[in-house]
Amino acid sequence: MTAVEIAAAVRSGQRLARSVVDEHLGAIEAGEADVHAFNLVIADQARTRADEIDGAVAAGKDPGPLAGVPVALKDNMCTRGLATTCSSRILEGWEPPYDATVVKQLHNAGAILVGKTNMDEFAMGSSTENSAFGPTRNPCDLSRVPGGSSGGSAAAVAAGFAPVALGSDTGGSIRQPAALCGVVGVKPTYGLVSRYGLVAFASSLDQIGPFTTTVADSAAVLDVISGPDGRDSTSIGEPQPPVSDTLGDGVDGLRIGVLAELSGDGIAPDVAARLQAAVGALTSAGARVAEASAPAAVYGLSAYYLIAPAEASSNLARYDGVRYGLRVDASSTPDMNTATRSAGFGDEVKRRIMIGTYALSAGYYDAYYGKAQKVRTLIINDFASVWEQFDLLVSPTSPTTAFSLGERTADPMAMYMSDVCTVPVNLTGQAAMSVPYGVGDDGLPVGVQILAPALGEPIMFRAAAVLEASL
Amino acid sequence: MGQQRITRAECAHVAALARLELTDEELERFTGQLDELLDHVAEVEALDVGGLAPTMHALPIANVLRPDVVGEVLDRDEVLAGAPLAEDGQFRVPPVLGEAP
Repeated sequence: MTAVEIAAAVRSGQRLARSVVDEHLGAIEAGEADVHAFNLVIADQARTRADEIDGAVAAGKDPGPLAGVPVALKDNMCTRGLATTCSSRILEGWEPPYDATVVKQLHNAGAILVGKTNMDEFAMGSSTENSAFGPTRNPCDLSRVPGGSSGGSAAAVAAGFAPVALGSDTGGSIRQPAALCGVVGVKPTYGLVSRYGLVAFASSLDQIGPFTTTVADSAAVLDVISGPDGRDSTSIGEPQPPVSDTLGDGVDGLRIGVLAELSGDGIAPDVAARLQAAVGALTSAGARVAEASAPAAVYGLSAYYLIAPAEASSNLARYDGVRYGLRVDASSTPDMNTATRSAGFGDEVKRRIMIGTYALSAGYYDAYYGKAQKVRTLIINDFASVWEQFDLLVSPTSPTTAFSLGERTADPMAMYMSDVCTVPVNLTGQAAMSVPYGVGDDGLPVGVQILAPALGEPIMFRAAAVLEASL
Repeated sequence: MGQQRITRAECAHVAALARLELTDEELERFTGQLDELLDHVAEVEALDVGGLAPTMHALPIANVLRPDVVGEVLDRDEVLAGAPLAEDGQFRVPPVLGEAP
């Protein structure tokens, strides 16, 4: 059952939330040893919460639009009294003293948290292999990665462990794993969803969004988690119209561009073929499709791999052995800081901190970080021109289907290239989502990325619904 | 790949700035990997962006203000419970001064 179907059945009393939760906990029990989607499963708490929901329905109350829907949460979103590790040793044992805003919103909507999902450490990676707790495997083929960094969330939905998961997307960490696991993944407009309680990676790029099996489910979840939050000064101040209301409005007359810079060089032929099929479907549905160009988008990856590490090196300075989790003792505080960080962070996090520290250091700031910020402006300007001619853009989500475990771990640059189609949108703050659109030559899922201007979620979801219906 | 962009010594200096202690093997590996990344991102050096303002974030907002009133705050004991060591309502750390880092 989809999340929308579960909520309808639970709200109307046709199905008990308890039976929904038991069914999903059963799926986790059966498949989790193979997939390793979770860092933590809270079976007892989920059952207790389900009984509460059923009690509310029996008493004539409406538990909310996600009544009885099991949800998995990426392990970088704070849950009060429940370990939140970011898949890092440095936070091992830490239990947040508060809930993230999205956690409260899901709870208030009647959703049921079943566990915290595995991820690349501090969301740095594209395969979920950079986890201190071991990799997650792709449910479509256990020898492949699920993508990353929100690989545990994508895998949990693909494996049927939960119909809904939340992830975070700093450079593609929702969309790329969604594509590789064959599920829907949404990176909302920067500021649409509160990030209060999301452990910061790169604050000017991070955004929370849903994974689901259907477009309508993602719309339902986004409608619950979007909106202003006084606890997040970067949240957009005005409530936005629900995307669910216009889901069926189609794409007739919309101008849709195929973004040349993200759809040509380096894209595997079988992935490119699925994009062409998607273009055909959109055209058949009445959209006017043409090639679009944002020339500076090709510099997205370079700008991203300076800006994101720079912000990360600053954000991760707080892990110093004083306030949370791990401490490795030493005779002075500076030595304790160094010993704790050296033992607590994994390789990729150390690399990013060092890149960022270097890019921000005296003598290199202007050449690297300052330059990257101006390139970011260039990319934003190019997209602004494109939006004068197009309502939406499409491209592949990932240049390839899911790669093998271990294939790219020794070569960080090859791993970074996995993000080439997704990073520009984080730099511009726009909305984008990945919709599963068939399979490649290897039988593994291919995702099509739909890009929309800031706050263009309603039309983005209309196009996603058209693609989904055309399969 | 062109000339080396970051040396082993610079890499060690950056690690020290970031309060990271690297083994010889890590230092060797990271120097090569950072060099490769810097070589790739160097493509931005050639771009003419002189007239453009830098973008810090993508939202058209500057300062966000709220009324200066006390809201809901975190419980101190609950916050300190997450720390490795706490005493008398405060975080406890080893000596800060007296030893050269």
